Amino acid sequence: MMTESVLEKVMKAGHIAVTGECGPPRGAMPEKVKEKAELLRGYVDAVNITDNQTAMVRMSSFAASMILKQIDMNPVLQMVCRDRNRLAMQADIIGAYSHGINTMLCLTGDHMKFGDHPMASGVFDLDSIQMIQMVRKMRDEGKFFGGAEIKGAPKMFIGAAANPFADPFELRVARLAKKVRAGADFIQTQCIFNVDKFEQWMKGVRERGLHKETYIMAGITPMKSVGAARYMRNKVPGMDVPSELVDRMAKTPKEKQAQEGIDICVETIKRVLDIEGVAGVHIMAIEWESAVPEIVERSGLYPRPQV
Amino acid sequence: MITAERKPLAEIIDSIDDCRRILLVGCNECVTVCSAGGRKEVAMLASALQMDFMKRGKTLDVREMTLERQCDPEYVEQLAPYIGQVDAVVSMACGCGVQEVAKRFRDKRVFPAVNTKFMGASEGPGIWAERCHGCGNCLLGLTGGICPIARCSKRLLNGPCGGSSHGKCEVSDEIDCVWQLIWDRLKELGQADRYEEIIEAKDWSTERAGGPRKIVREDLAQ
Repeated sequence: MMTESVLEKVMKAGHIAVTGECGPPRGAMPEKVKEKAELLRGYVDAVNITDNQTAMVRMSSFAASMILKQIDMNPVLQMVCRDRNRLAMQADIIGAYSHGINTMLCLTGDHMKFGDHPMASGVFDLDSIQMIQMVRKMRDEGKFFGGAEIKGAPKMFIGAAANPFADPFELRVARLAKKVRAGADFIQTQCIFNVDKFEQWMKGVRERGLHKETYIMAGITPMKSVGAARYMRNKVPGMDVPSELVDRMAKTPKEKQAQEGIDICVETIKRVLDIEGVAGVHIMAIEWESAVPEIVERSGLYPRPQV
Repeated sequence: MITAERKPLAEIIDSIDDCRRILLVGCNECVTVCSAGGRKEVAMLASALQMDFMKRGKTLDVREMTLERQCDPEYVEQLAPYIGQVDAVVSMACGCGVQEVAKRFRDKRVFPAVNTKFMGASEGPGIWAERCHGCGNCLLGLTGGICPIARCSKRLLNGPCGGSSHGKCEVSDEIDCVWQLIWDRLKELGQADRYEEIIEAKDWSTERAGGPRKIVREDLAQ
């Protein structure tokens, strides 16, 4: 075991891992973090805490992750390249690890343009692949990125994202290979709606044996309404929502759409778990955490293993 | 070249509203090529300013000059005979030219009439696009001759983010995804494998992060 991460233990033991997501509030409302997290308790192995998602200012991932630690849950600290240079990143990684946060996800981050501070300067000192290299160097060599020795090296279980649906498609496996070589221990993918395309990507992943070098967790998002489905299809960069799914939601009476969204979600999880090389699911029920227990139970992933 | 765009007329007028006589100085280099501050633009701005002042019952005396290179002290010196006759200088050169004038004529106010934009190239009539960020350590050899620092909205060095869609950047469909361009070019060159070489974290100290930069060529400096 490289780290004390529960997520690592679950996957190393050969269990299908389940992670959830919690977007911190836009204000000093610690109880909101607890509320959201409590909805997930017992149904996920760890909870991703987003870092200024969609470039909107929120409670920091570090702070919200600590709230999870306080209520004895396992946070996955997300960190984006947009808001921090390598000094701030390393400082927060050491700080987070000092509070028992041992799992993180290294991301590029949405562009400032999409958020509430489009006038902000983007940092982008490192890209996500270089961030992965840095966190690995801190853990495995016990050194700062600049080369100096760290006394008390943070042992992070290192995650990265992959989007099988962005362009150019033919480069997407190669990009994953770069992240794995940089040191990504696990991968959480973009939300999967187009399972055929995901299967095609996984085939490329297996051809290169990448599923044996990293744990691949399939990203899943339940759609609450046909409006949400259309929004994701039309407005969210890098999302691939097939029209059949949108039509299926549209044909469902409004009051039953949320249930239909959960049904689609469960069907998707069952399909992706049949794909060789998928080690877990990452359920992103954005502002709909209450849907997670049913999704996990009906997918046959409950109860969660005790490791 | 360095590209620039003329500032809104109202902003220029606002900066010189208390002046009666100005020296309006263009530059014959980059800003001429990108039609922002050459001889022609100097003449047009001079007329527009005078007309505006006239409409408001005021007068403005404008002496027009266009220097060969406003970023070069040798040419800036040509303004010396006229500088005493004006209340202010309005420069249509890039920021380098404006500062060169300010440095030479310390008791004279200097106002910029253009916004200096970026180092770029022409993509067709009336279109210029950013090409170089001046990072101080060129890596074009690794990226098929296409710069991800200047042309990726997140200056990613190791490939496209998840927002690349149909060859366009998530920030705007007016922006090409530079990693799509790099990938296509590497394939054309038969070097697609090179994509998988990790480009190490950049040393930004050769860029603006290291403080204002200077080149000193010992063989040429006196």
